Amino acid sequence: MKAPVTSLPAPEPGTKKLALVIDLDTCVGCHACVVSCKEWNAFGETGPLPEFGPYHAEPWGVWLNRVHTFEFGEGEDGRTVYVPKNCYHCEEPDCVTVCPTGASYKRAEDGIVLVDADLCIGCKLCSWACPYGAREFDQDGGVMKKCTLCVDRIYDENLRENERVPACVAACPTSARHFGDLGDPGSRVSKLLAERGGCEPMPEMGYRPVGRYLPPRSIRAMPASTKHAEPVPVRANGLLRWIDRVLSR
Amino acid sequence: MHPALSIIVFTTASGAGYGLLGWIGLLAPIGALPLDREFGVVSLLLALGSITFGLLSSTLHLGHPERAWRAISQWRSSWLSREGICALATYVLAVLFAALWLLQWTGRLWTACGLLATVGSIATVISTAMIYRSLKPIRQWCNPWVVANYLLLAAMTGALWLAAVLSVFGMLDPGVMALAAAFVLTAGAAKLAYWRSIDALSGGPTLASAIGLPSRRPLRPLDPPHTEENYLLREMGYRIARRHAALLRRIALAGAFLAPLVLLVLAWLLRSSIASVALTCGAALIATAGVLVERWLFFAEATHTVALYYRGGATSAAS
Repeated sequence: MKAPVTSLPAPEPGTKKLALVIDLDTCVGCHACVVSCKEWNAFGETGPLPEFGPYHAEPWGVWLNRVHTFEFGEGEDGRTVYVPKNCYHCEEPDCVTVCPTGASYKRAEDGIVLVDADLCIGCKLCSWACPYGAREFDQDGGVMKKCTLCVDRIYDENLRENERVPACVAACPTSARHFGDLGDPGSRVSKLLAERGGCEPMPEMGYRPVGRYLPPRSIRAMPASTKHAEPVPVRANGLLRWIDRVLSR
Repeated sequence: MHPALSIIVFTTASGAGYGLLGWIGLLAPIGALPLDREFGVVSLLLALGSITFGLLSSTLHLGHPERAWRAISQWRSSWLSREGICALATYVLAVLFAALWLLQWTGRLWTACGLLATVGSIATVISTAMIYRSLKPIRQWCNPWVVANYLLLAAMTGALWLAAVLSVFGMLDPGVMALAAAFVLTAGAAKLAYWRSIDALSGGPTLASAIGLPSRRPLRPLDPPHTEENYLLREMGYRIARRHAALLRRIALAGAFLAPLVLLVLAWLLRSSIASVALTCGAALIATAGVLVERWLFFAEATHTVALYYRGGATSAAS
């Protein structure tokens, strides 16, 4: 049993920093990650993730992953950008330090920010302290819920190795979601980030989010005049030429 | 921010209670208050009753009130935890202070308990204010005036309640009235300074910076991620119309500061015991109601950065 401490673990060089890197260029906004997240986390360690009035006029519920749709740029330059938003597992998360009970904590071994539901008193202060809206309150259980990076999945040795990724990553049909260790400069996600240049969400808050977005690539210039397809002259032999002549009459 | 009634009632009631306790704990030991046993017990019961009511009200918004005791463990990092510890310590000191007064053992121990209860009251109110002051995503709270506002409003309502209790016992002297009036003026000035400060807010995070995209190109919300309101919008998406806020500010100004000041001056001018009881009690009640409106506004006017994702925000004009 760990002693509840909301003080942050001392940063040590070379420690694991697990997080998601999401490619805004390839995300098509299908919400598969949203549903997959809900499906996995409604049960097991994090669950339940209740729905309130699911068959009534104004249903609402707890979801740990939300896809926003934005318009980026204007006119011919404009494009739609889908931004899946969940916890960035910050290095300086105030959601942890404001917790009065030690329910909210950041793991020293991999940087994952978690809530111990047995210690949470449901004061909601952590959700106020998160600038990104990564935490949602479970009214039924009276405790706070948040993304766990599927901690009950990524270390599960009963799963095949390629399945030991967060449920949202496994579900993404366009491979827009990447999961890995951003503390290791040689990891696949770190290289991807170095190659594409990452977007840090709300850097001015000083929370030092670990999770990043890969920016949309610039739109390839479309030619000013669009070419129309010309009819292709029929080059056919005897029988086909006869059929063509009959049909063209 | 959603103005939750339980928190508004809590900060107003416990603020007034700590204000009253703080003044009695300071003024009685230095001989500025009568050592009358009934006055001591009644005024301290009023303070402790108000604090208890406030603290109980605050547990109403918890998901697990029965686990509230756990909140005293994280004093190293959490202002909410520090508030809990200060509140508990002050409570013990105040009960001891009242008991010694009841037994008329007004010696050194009583003096120490009173002064320490005052220190504890100040520390508790500062901790409450720091809970809000330390929340970076809410710019109207992460403001240097917040701690001064909470402290001065607690001292003001406390002084007004002290004047009211003293006048009920027929022991009101002009010194306490002057003290109350001085704090009404200072608290009012500090609140005006706070409103001026949050009205002048500019810059801050934008939707573009929220995602980390370059702000050269406009970015605006097209489709929300969900069709109905979720927890984030219910809790942190509360918006108040500028027009309503302006009206409520005037109501808060009139109720919390202007009316009590006028009533105090009238009580001082009339000096008849019956009129002064009615006027000072009226001043304390109206001020407390005014502070309730002020506290409601403190929440309603506060905006959280999470709203940017839903409503967009000023992208840089210099594109």
